[in-house]
Amino acid sequence: MILVDFIVSRFNYWIYIILMMMGLFAMIAKKNLIKKLIGMSIFQTAIILFFVSIGVKEGSTIPILAHEAAHDPAHQQAAPLTEKGEGHIQNGKGRDALRAEDYANPLPHVLMLTAIVVGVATLGVGLAVVQKLHQEFGSIEEPEILAKIDSDDG
Amino acid sequence: MIWQFNLIILGFLIMAAIMSLKVTDLLSASMIFGIYSFLMCLLWAAMGAVDVAFTEAAVGAGASTVFLVATVYSTKRKSSD
Repeated sequence: MILVDFIVSRFNYWIYIILMMMGLFAMIAKKNLIKKLIGMSIFQTAIILFFVSIGVKEGSTIPILAHEAAHDPAHQQAAPLTEKGEGHIQNGKGRDALRAEDYANPLPHVLMLTAIVVGVATLGVGLAVVQKLHQEFGSIEEPEILAKIDSDDG
Repeated sequence: MIWQFNLIILGFLIMAAIMSLKVTDLLSASMIFGIYSFLMCLLWAAMGAVDVAFTEAAVGAGASTVFLVATVYSTKRKSSD
């Protein structure tokens, strides 16, 4: 039962490892250069999936402050949807205090936002290199390009 | 995060990744990679990372697919593996 809990509660991490290995396999074993780049993108998104999974908390909502909604009785239902009730508790001064456990951790999200943009830039540069190679050698298959380079040298 | 929803999307995600690496037509591979990116975006939205999700939808799924299709158009459509 502990083993089942261990596997089921962490399936995001298992899937991330499977996707990462698929991307790595494609980068190494595929002969077509565009397939290699698709594999690289799968590898990148798998790592981003891992980082976003770190920020998830049980029963938390999106990391946007719902402070106004908690004050307004008409929007009481729109307050963070948690099993513990509202996202705010009263403290001694009569003001609402935020509870961090009601919101997903936004730090990995912000870091991964940069990683997505950098990943697309990497893919774009890779595809530009593939187009240039096709102009030069008339092929996008790695063995054919290598054979042409060898025959040009010899 | 609803775990049943999460599990279904993760299943589709694995299928889309396998298909985009297995199919020999590169235009189909690009399109299936777009499906993969949108599924990933859905998963991140379900996990509470809305900013990451819409960046992935706009940049990852939109721009990447356009780049791939443009490259397939100006090179070859057939792949050996």
